[in-house]
Amino acid sequence: MDPINFVYLAAILFAIGSAAVLTRRNAIVAFMGVELMLNAANLSLVTFSRIHGEVDGQVMAFFVMVVAAAEVVVGLAIIIAVFRTRQSISLDEPAELRG
Amino acid sequence: MLDLSWLLIAVPLASAFVLLVAGKRANSWGHWLGVAASASAFFVGLILFLQIVGRPSADRSVFVHMFEWIPGGELSLDAGLLIDPLSLTFVLLITFVGTLIHIYSVAYMEDDANRRIFFAYLNLFIAAMLLLVLADSFLLLFVGWEGVGLASYLLIGFWNFKPEYATAAKKAFVVNRIGDMGLIVAMGLMFAAFGNVDFQTVFNGVPGASTAMLTAIGLTLLLAATGKSAQFPLQSWLGDAMAGPTPVSALIHAATMVTAGIYLIVRSAVIFNGAPDARVVVAAVGAFTLLLGAVIGMAKDDLKKALAASTMSQIGYMMLAAGLGPIGYAFAIFQLVTHGFFKAGMFLGAGSVMHGMNDRTNMRRYGALRGAMVVTWVTFGAGWLAIMGVPPFSGFFSKDKIIEAAFIGEGWQPWVFGGAALLGAGLTAFYMSRMFFMTFHGKARWEDDQHPHESRLMMTVPMIVLAVGSAFLGLILASGNRFVDWLAPVTGDPGHGEPVLPVTFLIVATLVLVAIGVLVAWRRYGAADVLTEAPTASLVTIAARNDMFQDSVNRAVFQRPGQHLTRTLVYGDLAVVDGLVNGAAAGVAKTGEATRKLQSGQVRSYAATMLVGLVILVIIVVQGGL
Repeated sequence: MDPINFVYLAAILFAIGSAAVLTRRNAIVAFMGVELMLNAANLSLVTFSRIHGEVDGQVMAFFVMVVAAAEVVVGLAIIIAVFRTRQSISLDEPAELRG
Repeated sequence: MLDLSWLLIAVPLASAFVLLVAGKRANSWGHWLGVAASASAFFVGLILFLQIVGRPSADRSVFVHMFEWIPGGELSLDAGLLIDPLSLTFVLLITFVGTLIHIYSVAYMEDDANRRIFFAYLNLFIAAMLLLVLADSFLLLFVGWEGVGLASYLLIGFWNFKPEYATAAKKAFVVNRIGDMGLIVAMGLMFAAFGNVDFQTVFNGVPGASTAMLTAIGLTLLLAATGKSAQFPLQSWLGDAMAGPTPVSALIHAATMVTAGIYLIVRSAVIFNGAPDARVVVAAVGAFTLLLGAVIGMAKDDLKKALAASTMSQIGYMMLAAGLGPIGYAFAIFQLVTHGFFKAGMFLGAGSVMHGMNDRTNMRRYGALRGAMVVTWVTFGAGWLAIMGVPPFSGFFSKDKIIEAAFIGEGWQPWVFGGAALLGAGLTAFYMSRMFFMTFHGKARWEDDQHPHESRLMMTVPMIVLAVGSAFLGLILASGNRFVDWLAPVTGDPGHGEPVLPVTFLIVATLVLVAIGVLVAWRRYGAADVLTEAPTASLVTIAARNDMFQDSVNRAVFQRPGQHLTRTLVYGDLAVVDGLVNGAAAGVAKTGEATRKLQSGQVRSYAATMLVGLVILVIIVVQGGL
């Protein structure tokens, strides 16, 4: 199979992820969108690694996974903290950071 | 012993320090420490004098090195003392008159709670004045110059709980600063022209310097001298300086500090010899001030202010003599020494009168005090005869020589300068006689609660000593040309010139003018009744009573434009400099204000913005072919 198809797949996944982030109010769903975007990026990195026959892209994908794991921990912790104070995880409600 | 000459300065300085630091526990003995410090400085000075006078006249100038002061690259200056006939003359005058005034002050300031501090300041003054006259470089002289300015400020404002006295002190300080600028600029010019500011380098370098440079240095030195010596145009502070206690007026504002300007000019004789134009200006300033002071003195009803005007006038004589060049230097110093005695004596007499009259100084409320204060009357009388130049009192020997010297020369100068000096002698006789008759003769015009009485022995003895000096010092110093020969190593050969008018004629003319002055004063203020209120008078008299409107002139010419200038500068600072700074800050604040709307706090709008940015970046990268 032509590896370029994986790039198309990555683009579609990225678009779905970003649409989830932008449209959904639920923080958990938006968070899932972010994860989808990250994995789309990972997929394209691995694909390009394959196309060029070098391992740099795969190494980069591992880095992204490690960082994503850490980010999930912090992100979920924030969501729980927000839920405890507001009894809600809607993304539209908190506007304390308004300038 | 010459190596120990630094003791002259150190002893009074240490005493001042002890008196200031010791605090109230020194109140009981502090004034005696002050007297002892001044007296010991006199004895050190006397021993130095006896050593120097025993040498041949060529060896009488001794440089005493003290320590390395400013070890700079191009300017390397050591602190040292110059012991020579000129500085020794001053040392003896300062310490002798100073000690007498210290003794007088013990009694005069007896009722003042801060007598100890008064003596600390007096000792500080003695130390600074001795440093001024003994310094071997212009910079070290400047240290003393500022020191006496400080002591003068502190002592004028000694009773600074009265606001106008504190203002008088500030006025003296500020006016003196203007003169000090002259000395600083002069030192800068010397450094540029000769490479250093010590006397030896400067005076040895004079023959190689251009006349223009010497004239510039001479004029800036003159500016310094006019400030310290209350000469036109910086004369305005002296009258107000009479706010200080009377012994201060006697010591600082009559006998010693105000003559520092004359010292500066005579010390810089070598420079002035090379700058005839600067010398003419010096003489002109002196001639003008001597008439100005005399006219003011004729109208003043305040005893001390009249004496202050007289001091200004007499220093004008010295300035005139100093401006005449080698022929006058020695007579300027001669007049300075005799003036130091008779004017200090008269100021002490004025203090004695004030003591007896509840510190009132209005002469229109005096009169007939000769009965109540015999000693004061006699000693003041000796000073009166001396200042008028009545032979054989000391003023005759010094002032007549100045009048003669002023008539020597060519062209218009002898006529103008000589005429001013001659006219000044007549005016001096008038205002001094007016003062003398108004105070001691005529009818008593005392206010009801007055009980005039003679002062204590401790005050009268210094007055008597000074009166004896006023009477005989001139005769002693003039006989055999002793004083002029003594100063000759410093002031140079006076040469010999013939006045444009015969000497005998000048002496007779002076004496006749003096006699007319005394007679007019006697008729108006001795024989006739003196009004207790100043009568309305001619425009000249009103102007003289107001010091020739010197304060109004200063205000209109210097103060107001100065204030306008500063206000303009402040406005410029606020509008331009502050405007730039504040405008930059306001611009940043406005930008923040405008952009802060973007911070909506909506997480999803942030995410959308980031996505749009990302898309744009991608487009740029792809389009740019990077």
